[in-house]
Amino acid sequence: MSIASAPALSARAVAPVASKTRRWLRRYGLPALGALVILAWIIVALSAPALSPYNPATVDVTARLRPPSFLHWLGTDVLGRDVFTRLVHGTRVSLTTGIVVVLVGAIIGTLVGGIAAYVRGRLEELIMRLTDLVLCFPPIILAMAIAAALGIGTTNTIIAMLIVWWPKFARLARSLVLVQRSQEYVEAAVVMGLSPTRILLRHILPNSIGPLIVLVTLDVGNAIITFAGLSFLGLGVIPPTPEWGSMVSEGRELIEQWWVATFPGAAILTVVLGFNFLGDGIRDWLDPRSRRR
Amino acid sequence: MSRYILSRLVLAVVMALLATLVIFLLANTVPGDPVLAQLGDLAASNKEFVAEWRAKWGLDLPLWQRYVIFLQQLLHGDLGISISSQRPVLQDIRDFAPATLELASIAFLLSLVVGIPLGIMAAMRRDSWIDHLARLISLIGVSSPTFWLAFIMLALFYGGLQIAPGPGRIDAIALPPTSVTGLYLIDSALGGDWDTFRDAAAHLVLPSIVLAAATLGLITRTTRASMLESMQQDYVRVARAKGIRERRIVIGHILPNALIPVVTLGGLAYANLLTGAVLTETIFSWPGLGRYTFRSAVTLDFPAIMGITLIVAVVYLFINLLIDISYALLDPRVVR
Amino acid sequence: MADTRSRLSSVRTPATTGTAVLDVRDLRTQFFTDAGIVRAVDGVTFSVAAGETLGIVGESGSGKSVTALSLMRLLDEPARIVGGEVRFQGRDVLAMNPDELRALRGDGVAMVFQDPMTSLNPVLRIARQLVETMRAHGRFSDEQATARAISLLGRMGITAPERAINSYPHQFSGGMRQRVMLAMGFSNEPALLIADEPTTALDVTIQAQILDLIVELNRDFGAAIILISHALGVIANVCRRVIVMYAGEVVEEGPTEQVLADPRHPYTWALINAVPRIDRHLPGTRRLTTIEGAPPDPLGIPSGCRFAPRCPFRIAKCDEHPALLDLAPGRKARCWVTQSGEPLPPPMAAQTATAVSTAVPKPSETAIAEPLLKVRGLVKHFPLPRDGLFGPKKVVRAVGGVDLDVIEGETVGVVGESGCGKSTFARLVVRIHEPTAGSIRFAGQEIADASAAVIRPLRRRMQMVFQDPYASLNPRMTVGDILSEPIRFHGLTESARETAERVEELLAAVGLNPKMAIRYPHEFSGGQRQRISIARALALKPEFIIADEPISSLDVNIQAQIINLLIDLQERFRLTYLFIAHDLAVVRHISDRIAVFYLGKVMEIAPAEDLFKASLHPYTRYLISAVPIPDADAERSRARLPLAGEPPSAIDPPSGCCFRTRCPIAKPICAEVTPPLAMLRSDHLAACHFPGQF
Repeated sequence: MSIASAPALSARAVAPVASKTRRWLRRYGLPALGALVILAWIIVALSAPALSPYNPATVDVTARLRPPSFLHWLGTDVLGRDVFTRLVHGTRVSLTTGIVVVLVGAIIGTLVGGIAAYVRGRLEELIMRLTDLVLCFPPIILAMAIAAALGIGTTNTIIAMLIVWWPKFARLARSLVLVQRSQEYVEAAVVMGLSPTRILLRHILPNSIGPLIVLVTLDVGNAIITFAGLSFLGLGVIPPTPEWGSMVSEGRELIEQWWVATFPGAAILTVVLGFNFLGDGIRDWLDPRSRRR
Repeated sequence: MSRYILSRLVLAVVMALLATLVIFLLANTVPGDPVLAQLGDLAASNKEFVAEWRAKWGLDLPLWQRYVIFLQQLLHGDLGISISSQRPVLQDIRDFAPATLELASIAFLLSLVVGIPLGIMAAMRRDSWIDHLARLISLIGVSSPTFWLAFIMLALFYGGLQIAPGPGRIDAIALPPTSVTGLYLIDSALGGDWDTFRDAAAHLVLPSIVLAAATLGLITRTTRASMLESMQQDYVRVARAKGIRERRIVIGHILPNALIPVVTLGGLAYANLLTGAVLTETIFSWPGLGRYTFRSAVTLDFPAIMGITLIVAVVYLFINLLIDISYALLDPRVVR
Repeated sequence: MADTRSRLSSVRTPATTGTAVLDVRDLRTQFFTDAGIVRAVDGVTFSVAAGETLGIVGESGSGKSVTALSLMRLLDEPARIVGGEVRFQGRDVLAMNPDELRALRGDGVAMVFQDPMTSLNPVLRIARQLVETMRAHGRFSDEQATARAISLLGRMGITAPERAINSYPHQFSGGMRQRVMLAMGFSNEPALLIADEPTTALDVTIQAQILDLIVELNRDFGAAIILISHALGVIANVCRRVIVMYAGEVVEEGPTEQVLADPRHPYTWALINAVPRIDRHLPGTRRLTTIEGAPPDPLGIPSGCRFAPRCPFRIAKCDEHPALLDLAPGRKARCWVTQSGEPLPPPMAAQTATAVSTAVPKPSETAIAEPLLKVRGLVKHFPLPRDGLFGPKKVVRAVGGVDLDVIEGETVGVVGESGCGKSTFARLVVRIHEPTAGSIRFAGQEIADASAAVIRPLRRRMQMVFQDPYASLNPRMTVGDILSEPIRFHGLTESARETAERVEELLAAVGLNPKMAIRYPHEFSGGQRQRISIARALALKPEFIIADEPISSLDVNIQAQIINLLIDLQERFRLTYLFIAHDLAVVRHISDRIAVFYLGKVMEIAPAEDLFKASLHPYTRYLISAVPIPDADAERSRARLPLAGEPPSAIDPPSGCCFRTRCPIAKPICAEVTPPLAMLRSDHLAACHFPGQF
């Protein structure tokens, strides 16, 4: 295409080779930004009590629905609680649930999928049909049904999400292991007489881990949104625990007092964007085709 | 081809059957006792009352018998009685479905009509402003929580700028069109009632944009990636070497290959729409399945939740079946 | 057929012979990479007369393919043509605007690419892809184009073209797809066809068919042909004139027979002498002539002669960069050494270890002993995924009852085309795959159905070298770890220090610097990786090594180096080899005995010399005849046996003799009775009802 639309020869004698900084920014700029955003939120989560003079649960009816001011940076909610304080404390729940769900889901899924691909046969068939079954429900609806059945509470919601979450990792892990299994270096390991466990752990898994890491990174954002959504529906945390989704829910009818719902939602957006930037960056970095460019 | 379709169909039926089992088990074996959840504390302490209640809902039979009964009822279109509305769940669903169908269809169309061309242009003009724009739109689309986006849109265009109508399907004072399909746009157009049509259309704008956002992001992203993949294939260079016009190469060679993964995405996109509908409808007071689901979840209305989950799973399986078939039509390699 | 031909060529008469159809002057194409500018094509000049056949030969990275793509301006960023002139029938291609360029492509100049499997669009019918080529240049109406497409497919040797035209590409084999590509190339009667490695992805008998077709097409259509290949034999077969490329430059140019018989550039000389020849085997010279080193780093090309660092004939003047100097009318070479007009000397006979090579026990001398490997009735069926839920259960009969002995100390070669089951056979012997039936006895022990625990101690004695040097080494382990892992796992050494010493020994044995143990595989070239792969196979001190196409993905000079290494190691460690390859000349060179596979069965087993001098099975004769010889005279003087058609599917093989469907002497009995693999002469077995009658 470039040739078809290229100008005459004389006009392009020497290529403009982009400066090193520009190249670095183009390649690593967004992922670095994503990593920074995530890091910032983690710091916020760790130092939450130190960041704000208020208690997230303190109700002050005299200060209901105050707009953002010097006193209340992000205003106050219906019960007069400081939005900034609740938002900062809410970071802990959102980040933890997102990361826990994805990590545990990924570990379970990878093990199950990896074993399925390595042993083949009946067990593989069974596991894959099971993932098909779970995947034939839209995630949030199934999570809702499970969460409703288990009862409301952070732990139950996490369990519900885990039930929905592992199959995609199982599928990915299975396909990755299947690809690696037929590679010649694995055959060489078999010919060497190495044990199956060693081949799986030392040879196959290290070479399959890249795409899994990409999915994990991209998926943390997804899990954070899903958990917030369930909380928004009243199926996540139990009030008055500060959590971003339930904070938006509390402010959802307060269009005049926009600050109650806007800031926690914006917080979700930034952290999810952060994970997406980072995940995209890792994917490009691991993809040999884009690395050559 | 027919053998392929038949085997897909059988697979879908088997999966649907398994789905009923999952839902049944979910409803009947989980620790939370629906009886206790439904009856108040006072009623729950009355043993006789509880037993009577259990018998009424068939909760005292062995598990497998209850499953058989459950299946029999399903075959008769009986999804049980909603505890909170005291009406058959199927009837509830039938009443609420058109609103969701209308919203979801418009949103789906929107995400396809915008997402595919945007993805194509982004891939063709890689690293240009349109590529960056497409990336921005798709990133924001997949990264913003639907419920929050809905709130922002309402606050901005209804509360702030006052250029969009408020929540609901039509103005609070207006009368809905005579019901034929339950879809207001079609019903009002059939009745020639263009004022209602405009009103309904205006009310659809914000919710459908919100609902489409995540799907749009996904479709743009996938289209772009799969276009780039397809553009690097040898057959594109061959087509160029044959002297085919650039436009023809894109339309005739790259697109047919690049759109195959986008079709597969349809199922995922649909799931997104259903997920999003629960949250979008809640904020826009949209009288659809999503809001019904939300209300059922909040009140722990088990028959309703399970009924919806089942219906959604079946619809989902059906869409996947359609995707498998269209996949086979698009890609000759699928059917040997 | 004659009728078809006249109709096809009536469209446009080819340009008059003698005038240059293509004239390339000082062409320069560069890749603007992040690491720097790669001068892929660096001042290439040549011309092609109307109706002429020109070959371009060179190793991977020599710039031959980039040259071809530059001629049609088909390169994508970051490649750019930065200078020179390409004139097609007098018009400057580099100055053309996009519309003129489009009108030229596929019309005046057509191109056929290397990989037929990816060159056709998988979702479009063949008809559409052929018709659009003709419609794009507006010389035919839709009906005309369709009719012409059908007759062209017929001309290219595709049976039932009316039906074939409505197929999708995946329904065709590689050879068939390349025929479709040729039909596409000739559909607008081009004055020039550029074929970039058109047969590299194909089997040798299919390659022979396609090359014959190209020769015929050149003769019948009068189109000039540029054939690009890494194989001198292929060029010798088709081209009257050849140019040799090295490091982005033309280093030699001349009539094919002269260049091949009397090369005047040391690089050409090295290319010719590195290839074992099927028609000429000198006993006693087991080692091939190789040159040291590798082509220069494309980012740091030497200022003098680019070949000088590797050149065995280097003189002082080589520090100066030579021009492409005239030697005789039509002959040029970029070399100071041959400027005097003297030819280059013939290669020296095997320099080292000739005494040792005679000490290798010949199979006949040791035939009394029990064979090291004894395979009987070995069968492997791979189940296929069912076609939907209701499709019948199908299996691929990859190996269908193989008998083979390997005697200690000998090298048994296994040859056959892709899909003949030779690689599966290798993987069965080392038990990567589980055999479906049959017996494998290794060192007197039955291993066909032995458990992993029983096999584990035997693994130390039986190792394998794999085909793909890029896939056969774990990219996440250092070379040291790769080599020490089996040693440690089997507890062959006492201490970490001993292990490290053993690793250094292994690297030295395969000709690598022992200090390289700390590096990762991606830091090595293909040839070096293959050396590491061999070192790994040696790590457990085995006595038997199975090599599965160990050289097929390497350039010829590296191939020769690896062959020499394998021969050295065999003599040094008294190894027994089972050597699997599709290249008959290589197999002949290295093997004591050769087994010919076809469709999962052994057709013939014989001592190497016997097999080539007096083969008994018709398939073997076809196979030998299909191998191109890098000698224009020899190519022209010998009669080629054309093996028609393609191997049948291994899912549903023919009854009786599996070769009967393509055999010219097949009789009814061949369909009914499977011929046994019978001893017909001393040490010479063949599975044929009518051995030696073809």
